[in-house]
Amino acid sequence: MDKAVTTHKLTKKFGDFVATDEITFEVAQGEIFGFLGANGAGKTTAMRMLCGLLTPTSGEATVAGYDVYTQPEQIKQRIGYMSQRFSLYEDLTVRDNIRFYGGIYGLSRAELKTKSASIIRELGLDSVADALVESLPLGWKQRLAFSVALIHDPKVVFLDEPTGGVDPITRRQFWDKIYEAAHNGTTIFVTTHYMDEAEYCDRVSIMVDGRIKALDTPTELKRTYGVDSMDGVFQILARGTSGK
Amino acid sequence: MIYIITTWFAPSSIHRSSLLIMQRILYMIEKEFKQLRRNKVLLRMMLAAPVMQLILLAYAANFEVKNLKIAIVDQDHTTYAQRLAGKFRYAERRQIGNFLFQGYLPNSKSAYEELLAGRADLVLIIPPHFERDLGKENQASVQLLVNAIDGTKGGIASGYAQTIIRDFNLAIRTENIDFDAGSLAGLNVTNQYWYNPRLEYKTFMVPGILFELMLLIGGMIAALNIVREKEIGTQEQLNVTPIKKHEFILGKLTPFVIIGLIQFTLGLVVGRFLFQIPIEGSLLLIYGFAFLFMLLSVGLGLLISAISDTQQQAMFVVFFCLVIFILLSGLFSSTQDMPQWAQYLNLLNPLKYIIEVGRNVLLKGSTLRDMQSQFFTLLGMAIALIGLASWRYRKTV
Repeated sequence: MDKAVTTHKLTKKFGDFVATDEITFEVAQGEIFGFLGANGAGKTTAMRMLCGLLTPTSGEATVAGYDVYTQPEQIKQRIGYMSQRFSLYEDLTVRDNIRFYGGIYGLSRAELKTKSASIIRELGLDSVADALVESLPLGWKQRLAFSVALIHDPKVVFLDEPTGGVDPITRRQFWDKIYEAAHNGTTIFVTTHYMDEAEYCDRVSIMVDGRIKALDTPTELKRTYGVDSMDGVFQILARGTSGK
Repeated sequence: MIYIITTWFAPSSIHRSSLLIMQRILYMIEKEFKQLRRNKVLLRMMLAAPVMQLILLAYAANFEVKNLKIAIVDQDHTTYAQRLAGKFRYAERRQIGNFLFQGYLPNSKSAYEELLAGRADLVLIIPPHFERDLGKENQASVQLLVNAIDGTKGGIASGYAQTIIRDFNLAIRTENIDFDAGSLAGLNVTNQYWYNPRLEYKTFMVPGILFELMLLIGGMIAALNIVREKEIGTQEQLNVTPIKKHEFILGKLTPFVIIGLIQFTLGLVVGRFLFQIPIEGSLLLIYGFAFLFMLLSVGLGLLISAISDTQQQAMFVVFFCLVIFILLSGLFSSTQDMPQWAQYLNLLNPLKYIIEVGRNVLLKGSTLRDMQSQFFTLLGMAIALIGLASWRYRKTV
């Protein structure tokens, strides 16, 4: 198993509507894989199929070497997931949230203790460790959610628009965390709207109307389309307008 | 306050996997109690509800008819007429009904007005020649106007009035004809009421209210709890973890069963010491049934949460079920007097069975042997509901 994620003609239909249309791609281990597309392009649907939240209509897919149809529980033990909606418990404290998710992932008491201490220390949350999560600023919550998604050292972590609604400085800090995780060998699968974030990815795929229109490194994509930014590439592909 | 500190250790790696299952359930339970402890409003409501409802229903919402407002139209103005009126005016002293005398009215037209305005519940009209007819023809009639908008109250009011009139009748006949009162009243019927000798309304209601509340907590609070997780997105987060279906269900079920039993205890203590409810049967038996019923209630809540996407939907479904269950349960009216179709419908009403159990075990001292049909029915329902809920609950959509 050397690929973190593979798909072959993966398709999801909702009635007559084809949300993802025969998408095929591979993600290498330890890669930061950007998944771009306009709203409604099918990014979230594709991601939810890979996480075992949605059953594909047809096609094949594996995550961490396991089949999405037959081995969803093995996949779930090996992936982390951070949805668009903030999904920690607002009415629990920082420490309680870490303890709960760690416990659900089957961490031992000793592991929980060290994980909890290291997350709180790394995020600089010592002063608010026993405060309710609802009292934290959004940027802090998102970094905490990311750390919690990594609590069981997953092979692949799926991030669905993780930086929506936060300021540029917090986004930069968030991406530092992503680099750090990738450096430790975790594969990052991230969807985003921000084109500057696309530049940070090892490889980027751009989805339009349920299909993958382009897939390459940011440098190659810019060269292919003759523009000097990912924003230009996205304008040409996603909006169907020329960025020139 | 409820505080759970989980301390468990994995003694060796061999036991790790079987402990893991237990561990997830315990973390779920711990989380639920932590959240509940912070939800002060809900916590207070859940503890106050049994006490409040028991007091309200047992004292305020009862069927005893008191303080009936009576007015009298006396068109005869004779001794007999005044004596009859007096019986009503001073009925309270003689413990027949509870009439509040509002005064005399000049004619039947004003009697209608008083009834219409709600200033009287009952008007007694003594017609002219009442005494003369009674003396001459040995019979006379009076008219009773009863406000029957509230049918129960009207019926009871007219019952009280007839008792008083019969009393009066007996009194004057003995006086005039010099009858031997003893022989007249040769047949004397005395009622003896078993299991609730003083016909205490509270004794009858309290066991019912206790279980109705458990259904409310189990059904409503559990359903809303899970649907809320769906709404805020934590359910989705849980669905990408390796948590198993049965771990999730057991983790959600347990806290509510515990809360329900705490409430039941509270209600039972209030019932026992505030309302002097007898506890004739085995306490262990009644707790066994309470536990079973709580499983059933939470099972219903889980099923409702599995078919609802929003708290609004869940709330409406719970309310729909609860109102039907409560109205048909026999809490307020006897199930045996209901039409046949309602009785068939009632075969599916868990509240009906548990109220039977509550009343029989608490008031009559029934044993498990007496209650076995209720036991198996409730057990079957609990299994069916939890089974359906587990089947409907999906980690994948």
